[in-house]
Amino acid sequence: MRKNTIIPIFIACLLFIGTLFSFMNKYANEITPFKADADNAGLKLPDGFGANKIADNLGRARHIITTKDGSIYIKLMRLVNGKGILFLQDNDKDGKYETQLAFGDYLGTGITIKKGYLYASSDKEIFRYKLDDAEKVIDPLKPEKIITGLIAGKQHQTKSIVLDNDDNVYVNIGSPSNSCQEMDRGLESKGRAGCPILDSAGGIWQFKADKLNQTYVDGVKYATGLRNVMGLDWNTQNNTLYVMQHGRDNLSSSWPKLYTDKQSAELPAEVMYMLKKGDNAGWPYTYYDPFLNKKILAPEYGGDGKKEGSKEFIDPIVAFPAHMAPNGLLFYTGNMFPERYKNGAFVAFHGSWNRAPEKQAGYFVVFVPFKDGKPAGKWEVFADGFSGVNEVIVPKEAQHRPCGLAQGSDGSLFVTDDVKGAVYRIGYTKK
Amino acid sequence: MKKIICAAILMIGFILNSTAQTTKKTVAKAPVSPSIVNGKLVYTKYCMVCHQIDGGGVMGLNPPLSKTEYVLGDQKRLINIVLKGFNTEIEIDGDTYANPMPGLGHLTDQQVADVLSFVRNSFGNKASVITPAQVKVVRASK
Ligand code: HEC
Repeated sequence: MRKNTIIPIFIACLLFIGTLFSFMNKYANEITPFKADADNAGLKLPDGFGANKIADNLGRARHIITTKDGSIYIKLMRLVNGKGILFLQDNDKDGKYETQLAFGDYLGTGITIKKGYLYASSDKEIFRYKLDDAEKVIDPLKPEKIITGLIAGKQHQTKSIVLDNDDNVYVNIGSPSNSCQEMDRGLESKGRAGCPILDSAGGIWQFKADKLNQTYVDGVKYATGLRNVMGLDWNTQNNTLYVMQHGRDNLSSSWPKLYTDKQSAELPAEVMYMLKKGDNAGWPYTYYDPFLNKKILAPEYGGDGKKEGSKEFIDPIVAFPAHMAPNGLLFYTGNMFPERYKNGAFVAFHGSWNRAPEKQAGYFVVFVPFKDGKPAGKWEVFADGFSGVNEVIVPKEAQHRPCGLAQGSDGSLFVTDDVKGAVYRIGYTKK
Repeated sequence: MKKIICAAILMIGFILNSTAQTTKKTVAKAPVSPSIVNGKLVYTKYCMVCHQIDGGGVMGLNPPLSKTEYVLGDQKRLINIVLKGFNTEIEIDGDTYANPMPGLGHLTDQQVADVLSFVRNSFGNKASVITPAQVKVVRASK
């Protein structure tokens, strides 16, 4: 009796393992076919889209990049077991990714892939790792240090990075200050004359991708007057750099005679700039008022909330509500989403804190339609519900906060969360 | 019969429960020091923007004020944090905070005492009040 059942079970097992292997083989070098979770991972999405939580509890997951076979690299802002970069794969193709390797003994935010190298940033340096044909890091222990000695203040310390097609790296160096005041965020504290911070921070610097140990003297100050940039992307349609600035805070707590708390919650706009070499976006001298649609002179430099800022500074190309903290920017070049998404911009808003006592805003991913490198319509909320609550009164309530964005080889969109370290994958499922 | 007993038990439970609640309410209504009441106004105006309505702070940017060693510990240090500001690499619950805290030395001794008394008795904290005289001494000894 026993023997009679063992043999069929044995055969069934073999068959099962066999089909499993052939299934795994079929997609071994491809990204897992997209399949949404039943509850869309808790996200609210436009009609026809679905979401799948592909990983969770990774730590402070910041920026993310995918490989052509669907593996992913994630940069961590706090070390986990002493490591700051995670490499994840979905070998059994069940839609959930597992960490295969943790490496890099430095924390940070920036990570990207270009021409056979993985680039990753600490708060003061940029490293690169040679990749094999499958875009796997060949020697995780021996990165090349390409840039070193960058200023990292206590605030706005993170370095976001992107490359163009001509072997240049663009690095954000955030200003270690809110508005270049003599006493940072202090009451009615004036702006420092000729804001010296701008010499070595508050802008985007350009370096060579393939030269070792570059410092400030080897780099070019590509654009200045940017308080802090976290989301940035190189638009390959028009070969141009686009950035999202984190706008200034504390208008009413520093200047209570000029701004009410409500005005302070709604000013200034979080803005997108299209940057050309030599551009100056005006921080700390101006900010952008989305109600007056004007650059306004900062109170630290003689402004009263109405006086216009200098015309020498560039205008933003998109203005969003204040303080929502844009942490990721991605131009969509994939084919999975409907045609109107092609070449448009996704922005991950980490969510505000500087709106108290008003309720907070952001905590979502938005989409801006683009045509020929210019916005071609109003921005719209694309993915919401990360916070897990109806409205966020205090930032601590948000269970997840979107941070990094990446496009999968199949055109699906990956979003990281840096509260718990969830990773979401958003796909289009309508046939 | 059983039903009546059940109802009676429920009734008794209900009455006991509501009396318990009224006693709780009277306890909560015990006079709060006026300093703490005024301190809430100072907090709302000068601190809430960063430390938030619930004193919970903001991940990675502004620290929480609940049961920290700074709020409950050395009172001179606490008073100085408000008078002179604070910008070191403090670590609370394994996290660090990127923003600086500006000095709020423009607040009066009374306001500083009030806001600290409020903070030390809110957000889960329970500690002695701070007096204007204490603030005055610390301010003078800079
Ligand atoms: C502009 C934002 C800001 C404002 C306004 C502000 N703080 Fe802070 N506060 C901070 C930051 C940031 C730190 C931590 C600084 C550091 O890391 O050294 C801090 C630290 C503290 C600490 C010590 C650390 C802790 O969490 O226990 C106390 C106590 C404190 N603040 C109380 C107050 C009080 C009371 C007020 C209002 C009178 C106030 N703060 C206003 C940003 C602010």
